[in-house]
Amino acid sequence: MNGIHDMGGLQDMGPVQHEKEEPVFHAAWEGRVYGISSALRAIGKWNLDTWRHQIELLPPADYLQMTYYERWLKINEQLLVKHGLVTPRELATGTPDPGSAKAVPALTAAVAARRLGRRIPSSHDPEVTPNFKAGERVRARNTNPTGHTRLPRYARGKAGTIVRDHGVYTFPDTNAHFQGEKRQHVYSVSFSARELWGEDASPRDSVHLDLWDDYLEHA
Amino acid sequence: MWHTKMHDHDHQAVPSDPTLRVKALESLLVEKGLVDPAALDVLVDTFEHKVGPRNGARVVARAWVDPAYKQRLLADAPSAIAELGYTSGQGEHMLVVENSPKVHNLVVCTLCSCYPWPVLGLPPVWYKSAAYRSRAVIDPRGVLREFDTQVDEDVEVRVWDSTAELRYIVLPERPAGAENLNEEELAALVTRDAMVGVSRVPPLGEKA
Repeated sequence: MNGIHDMGGLQDMGPVQHEKEEPVFHAAWEGRVYGISSALRAIGKWNLDTWRHQIELLPPADYLQMTYYERWLKINEQLLVKHGLVTPRELATGTPDPGSAKAVPALTAAVAARRLGRRIPSSHDPEVTPNFKAGERVRARNTNPTGHTRLPRYARGKAGTIVRDHGVYTFPDTNAHFQGEKRQHVYSVSFSARELWGEDASPRDSVHLDLWDDYLEHA
Repeated sequence: MWHTKMHDHDHQAVPSDPTLRVKALESLLVEKGLVDPAALDVLVDTFEHKVGPRNGARVVARAWVDPAYKQRLLADAPSAIAELGYTSGQGEHMLVVENSPKVHNLVVCTLCSCYPWPVLGLPPVWYKSAAYRSRAVIDPRGVLREFDTQVDEDVEVRVWDSTAELRYIVLPERPAGAENLNEEELAALVTRDAMVGVSRVPPLGEKA
């Protein structure tokens, strides 16, 4: 979706505001929203891609106006209702509806602690063949899907070079919409700054993006 | 073709009182058995007190003093980082990119806020801001200047946009004047900003 979240290349957002000695959370509620997000995702009704897409669906003016954790709060509320875990009335009153079922939390303290120490699963999968290899010239497809995608607008239609094959990953464009994992290779693709931004850009600089097979074609 | 509905969200943009609203939400979710408050405590405590940029600083310092470790780190960052006891909470793959006199690396996530949690903790507000996300790719040298980081014209600025599940950490150059410091003293010099690539580790005797 060509939304406001796809920010690469915008120029009117002002200088970067750097806060010295910044706390991890600026208020206790931010930490709770952070924890609630993890706990709710552990239930398994939605995945990280769904979750990211829900943020992208926020109206642009709201997206820009809200703080980071205000967005998280809002979309968790939306996902809870959308997936039938909470009714709008419960959200409004803060109290379970009479007779509503009581679940067992998916994320307990013990599970949370264990997950933080989990080793990373391998992205190696010989069953999935790569369409490209390191050194090849590729072009990011010129495509404008209206759902979730991780192909930023600024790279579409641009040519670059495959630098590395990262292995096999779930395809977010389908996974976000519960249309399958469609696992495929992800590559580090190097684009020259001039290819992306024109002749005024530095001749030396480059931007590397991690792009799925389906985002690419031979150049 | 997707069917995203632009009209299915409401427009209550900013909560009047997020503290109360989150309290109400948490208590509802606990009552419905969807959330265990003790699990939230673990997560908050982890990122407030246990996981943060000090982890990454120790990884960098080890790479500076131990060439074999550095090679392992550049070849297989998750395993090398796990050697120091830092493991992923997210199942992400981490990559370390090395600064040199010829290359300066800068990390961003233009689409959201992807960041290497196990070694740097949760991202700061500026990293998640529209200002940084928008301009880091089109004007990285301008963004670097806003962090008082000058990069010479003959140095390549290499920007890493974290668009997939790979997470990037910059291995800064070991500063001049730090030849006699031990690993622990070196780790104390390494900042979060240097590991994102918006700044360098300054030569000893200069203020960061």
